[in-house]
Amino acid sequence: MGKVFAFHGGIHPPENKHQSSQSGIATAPLAKVLNVPVQQHIGAPAKICVTIGDKVLKGQRIADAQGKFSVAVHAPSSGTIAAIGEHPVPHPSGMNAQCVSIETDGLDQWVEHTGLADFRAMPKFELIDYIRDRGIAGMGGAGFPTAVKLHLSDDHIVNTLIINAAECEPYITADDLLIRERAADIISGINILQHLIEPSHVIIGIEDNKPQAIRALEEAIANSKYNIHVVSVPTKYPSGGEKQLIKLLTNVEVPSGGIPADVGIVCQNIGTVYALNNAVRTGESLISRIVTVTGEGVSKPQNYETLIGTPFSVLLDAAGHRPNTTSRLIVGGPMMGYSIDDTNIPVVKTSNCIIAASSREMPAPDPAQACIRCGMCEQVCPAQLLPQQLHWYAKSQEYDKAQQHNLFDCIECGACSYVCPSNIPLVQYYRHAKTSIREEQQEKRKSALARERFEAKQMREQRAIDEKAEKRKARADQAAKAQAAKQQTPKTMASNGPDAAKHLKSALLSAKKEVMLAQRQLDRLTAESDKDPAALSLADLKLQQAKSAQHKAQQDLSSLDSAQASAPDTKKLKIAAAQATTMLKKAQQALKAAQEKGQPGIEQLNATVQQLTEEATTATQAFEAAEPSAQAKSLTASVKATPAVQESSIDTKKLKTAAAIARTKLKKAQSQYEQLVTQNSQDSEAGIELKAQLDKLEQRAQATETAFVNAKPATTQSDTEQLQQNYDKAHKLYYKALAALNKAEQDNSPAVEKMRSSIDKLKDKLNNAENALAAGGKILADNHAPLKINTTLASNIDSNQLQLDLDKAAQRYHKAVATFEKAQADQNPAAQRMQAGLDKLKAKLDDAQQALDNTADTASSSAVTPATPANIDSEQLQQDADKARARYHKALAALEKAQADQNPAAQRMQAGVDKLKAKFDSAQQALENTADNASSSTAIPATPAKIDSAQLQQDVDKARARYHKALAALEKAQADQNPAAQRMQAGVDKLKAKLETAQQALDNTADTANSSAVTPAAPAKIDSEQLQQDVDKARARYHKALAALEKAQADQNPAAQRMQAGVDKLKAKLETATTLRNASGPQPITTSTEDQE
Amino acid sequence: MAFIKISSPHVQRPTKTADIMRLVIIATIPGFIAMTFFFGWGTLINTVLAVLVALICEAGCIKLRKRPVLFFLKDNSAVLTAVLLALALPPFAPWWVTVTAVFVAIVLAKQLYGGLGQNPFNPAMVGYALVLISFPVEMTRWTSPFELSADSWNILGFGDTLRIIFIGWSETIATLNYIDSFSGATPLDTLKHRNGLTTEEVWASSNVMANVGAWYAVSLCYFTGGIFLIYRKIFTWHAPITLLITIGLISSMFFAIDPDSYADPLIHLTTGATMLGAFFIVTDPVSSSTSNRGKIVFAAGIGLLVYCVRTWGNYPDAMAFAVMLMNLCAPFIDQYTQPRSYGHKQSKKGSYSKENNS
Repeated sequence: MGKVFAFHGGIHPPENKHQSSQSGIATAPLAKVLNVPVQQHIGAPAKICVTIGDKVLKGQRIADAQGKFSVAVHAPSSGTIAAIGEHPVPHPSGMNAQCVSIETDGLDQWVEHTGLADFRAMPKFELIDYIRDRGIAGMGGAGFPTAVKLHLSDDHIVNTLIINAAECEPYITADDLLIRERAADIISGINILQHLIEPSHVIIGIEDNKPQAIRALEEAIANSKYNIHVVSVPTKYPSGGEKQLIKLLTNVEVPSGGIPADVGIVCQNIGTVYALNNAVRTGESLISRIVTVTGEGVSKPQNYETLIGTPFSVLLDAAGHRPNTTSRLIVGGPMMGYSIDDTNIPVVKTSNCIIAASSREMPAPDPAQACIRCGMCEQVCPAQLLPQQLHWYAKSQEYDKAQQHNLFDCIECGACSYVCPSNIPLVQYYRHAKTSIREEQQEKRKSALARERFEAKQMREQRAIDEKAEKRKARADQAAKAQAAKQQTPKTMASNGPDAAKHLKSALLSAKKEVMLAQRQLDRLTAESDKDPAALSLADLKLQQAKSAQHKAQQDLSSLDSAQASAPDTKKLKIAAAQATTMLKKAQQALKAAQEKGQPGIEQLNATVQQLTEEATTATQAFEAAEPSAQAKSLTASVKATPAVQESSIDTKKLKTAAAIARTKLKKAQSQYEQLVTQNSQDSEAGIELKAQLDKLEQRAQATETAFVNAKPATTQSDTEQLQQNYDKAHKLYYKALAALNKAEQDNSPAVEKMRSSIDKLKDKLNNAENALAAGGKILADNHAPLKINTTLASNIDSNQLQLDLDKAAQRYHKAVATFEKAQADQNPAAQRMQAGLDKLKAKLDDAQQALDNTADTASSSAVTPATPANIDSEQLQQDADKARARYHKALAALEKAQADQNPAAQRMQAGVDKLKAKFDSAQQALENTADNASSSTAIPATPAKIDSAQLQQDVDKARARYHKALAALEKAQADQNPAAQRMQAGVDKLKAKLETAQQALDNTADTANSSAVTPAAPAKIDSEQLQQDVDKARARYHKALAALEKAQADQNPAAQRMQAGVDKLKAKLETATTLRNASGPQPITTSTEDQE
Repeated sequence: MAFIKISSPHVQRPTKTADIMRLVIIATIPGFIAMTFFFGWGTLINTVLAVLVALICEAGCIKLRKRPVLFFLKDNSAVLTAVLLALALPPFAPWWVTVTAVFVAIVLAKQLYGGLGQNPFNPAMVGYALVLISFPVEMTRWTSPFELSADSWNILGFGDTLRIIFIGWSETIATLNYIDSFSGATPLDTLKHRNGLTTEEVWASSNVMANVGAWYAVSLCYFTGGIFLIYRKIFTWHAPITLLITIGLISSMFFAIDPDSYADPLIHLTTGATMLGAFFIVTDPVSSSTSNRGKIVFAAGIGLLVYCVRTWGNYPDAMAFAVMLMNLCAPFIDQYTQPRSYGHKQSKKGSYSKENNS
């Protein structure tokens, strides 16, 4: 026996237990229809998993647990599912709830069930899941899911297990009889709980009005070796309340708003323990319980073992119901039970008693009088509240004061109401006040949310208005500016009116006809076998004139229709000016041709030329006047890629057209030049001029091409980036929504359906974004493909871009792999989804790699391009190779560090390092290819050879410098015993090799230069100056090296020997250079003294 | 047969408000007997008169409020107020004093505030205080306890007392053969208005003090009644015992310092309205503090005030004033004497604040 403490208050209502405790537990008769509610516990209702018409066996699960706060529901007897729907259930509100109605077949056939052979062997959470699956919930009256309570020991320190056998309410004897008859099972159930919770001691609290039960328990414990105490507490209501029992047995108060586990205690009803034992030992789910049927309204008050779902009428009839005597039917006890009027409601897991009370036992209550504040309620309150004050404030609806008096600590036991001399229904006031307060809080929350949304909407609308006003202002400003500019242009608009329109339309039509005729003429002339160039050019000129006239007519018409800003005006002016100039040129050409060939009509042509010259000048002037900005250059050089007015937006189309125009011009000029060449007149004035123009046009064509290519990938790139962003956004939203849906399903939120539909929508959006991205990516790939055909410049830029893409993709992929592994370690349920995302990223990575390799191949295979590109190539490839090397070495260092730290990412880094090495090797290869090409391109004419040698000289110097630097670093590393020394050795060797090849190349060219002494005088002159420069340079270098050598020898630097060799080489070079110079011609008067050295 | 649908709980303790009131009245019977025995029929006649007037007043008020009269009359609260008032008034108080006091108590101090349970002040004490201030002469005309004159028990006859009460003192006395030694002061009065005599001298010279035994007896009877009520759990020990302890402590303190100027604690505890007040006035639940701790503070305050007014104030007995003053303080006392509820670390103080309640 343990020590018993006390709790404040309590009452001693008449017990009335003797009526039903005289006889043992009888078995209730089997009802015809069992109505099993799906929610007999606190938490989410169970999900029905049977349909109407199914045959079920006794103990078969008919509803699954939903989420964490739920238990399963099982069929209490074998039969057929007759109905699934709303049915009255035991609840004070009298409302209906979802029920499964089973029509019993009388066989009461059990489903296959076996208990757990060794529940100690299995992991605890599995055992708890098993308990939950067997439908075990609290049977003391509240119905708290037992599995949740058993999980409390996971995150709380629990040292006491209290078994509540108090049964303090009058009339109820269900637990009393259960203990008397089945004490051994109860102790066995306690053992299971001990295994799960592992408390340091177990206390069974039982009231002293059950002497037989106490004795039964003590006898059962006597043979057990576990630390269980039976403590008999004085009979007082409500000592069976969880908080009061804990205070009685341990003198510890459960903190307000907390649970007993917060103070290390877990409390279980003794009936629950019995059911738990049943479930674990025999596998029987919770399908029956003991119900006390008592009161003066039944002739044989008794305890019945009843199946869940049995209507109360069956029990009452079995106990001999006397309807005439019964004035009140109560489910539960007289203090906290609720009255019912429909006896068809079923027995559920938490119904422990039904009282058929007569009016003598429970008379109708007298009308309530005024509260005299006698304070008796305060004396009996087990929660030590001030019920009279709570009543006062609840009545006057001063809920804040009621909360100040701890309204929510009230356990609604009814003791205050029991003692109140004025018959005030105190508990009703408290229940009402509690619900009112909860409603108020919910209203507040809703209104706060609504206010937030309203304010956000206001801000949004205000912002929209402001933006609109700004835009309007900007537009107005622009219009004003345009208006002002328009005033300046001398262009005369056609008179307004419908006649003018008609006029212009007819003018346009005639102009179009003229164009057609001229075109036909030109075609005919071209089709003729002997082409008369003069006639052709004449016909061409006519065509141009007709076209310009048409264009003018078109513009007049369109300008009449709409009042455009001055920007199109300048455009028109420009076009007009360009056309005029073109016409002029053509006329000039025709004139020339005619003059040469002595064709007729020269005077006419002259006149036309004059006219056209005038027109051209006026048009150009008009254009220049309209566009005084720097864009108004002379029309011969007006082949600009970027348009004048809209500089801010890079129009790819314009660039493309500009590039095309430049190309055609170039082609035309080239063809013209070739023509001249065939005519052997390339050395004439016109020829030389044309040549100069040709060069210019070439440059321009290249420039426009560059501009176009530069612009194009950006836009397509930004498009794909945009698509990528869209896709990522959609992806994120979708997965967030999915997680929220899972949470909502767990909490059994009513918004679940809505969430599902919106999730489907998000999924669609995600798919669309994916497709768009794929298409965009494809387009990007397509766009990149034709660029391969372009010059190597484009391919280089491509590869840079693709390199960036590859790096980004690689980064993303590796990050995703890391989070995925972490998620797998944490057993995160999102792991599978991450797997899918991971695969996608890998695919992307591979694509990027592919693209890069393709361009790399084209870059390397474009080594057969002409000389000038070859040099650029090798430069570029040299840079690529250097970059690749640097990256590779960096990655290698990082890998070694990671391996030293035993970082799990080491393997991935290894792969990355290998890739970088491959890249580096390929870049190196490309470079060497071009180097070979460059070195084997010595058969080109003299001028390129000269450029080569200077270039190669630079290469040699660079290579030498790099080599020496590397060598110094290597020695330092070897001194520091840096493990990277070997690699550096290899690098140093490579550099040495490079240096030698470069030297070789230089020497070759030097030889060729030497053997090219047959070049004419003019180049020889240039050569001698060059050679002089070479001599000077060589001398300077030699002296510098000498000085450095002496310094090193003074410092005793170990590099001194190498420097000696270098100095000797420089000396030799100096001598060769001097010899060359001397050989090339008379020596200029220079500092000859230095030659002696 | 239709079943009653009603919320829990479904059983009640049999004690009702009317029963409680009746029990309190019963507890005053010993005091009644003592008063009648020592001071004559005055108290009894006054009680009957007061009860009648109280019932009439209350019925009238309830009728005006359009409530069921009998239902409200049956809770015995008016009767109790009248009884207590009659016990507090001097036995020879004229009928109009009684009527006034009862009227004020029932109508002004109780019904006009909303009836039973709504009055902020103790109704009996309001009535008493009013007539005390308004009719000082009549309120200080106490009978002497029976004189030992020639070994006979001499109290005024029933009819004579009736005539004094209803017709008037001076008129009746003129017809009587007795000298006016039937009226006298209370011991407290004597001790207060001692005209410079020391306490010992007062004790030696005064007739009243010679018969102080009567007062002892009456107080004892009230004490008995009070203990009986505590036993029956009508009220808790907190208020009465604290009052007695407070008065005892303070009077002991002062008496110890200067016995010549101050009355001894026994006098303070046993004469005057101390016992009546402790068990019947201070324990009035409606106007006192709610929690037990609050009751202690309440009663201590009353004890303090009673002693102060008795010793340094103008009136010989100050129970009414003290009680009414503490009635004023009761709501404030309530705010700071809430009990510590289960599961809380300490009791809540003050009125509602957001930090205390989520």
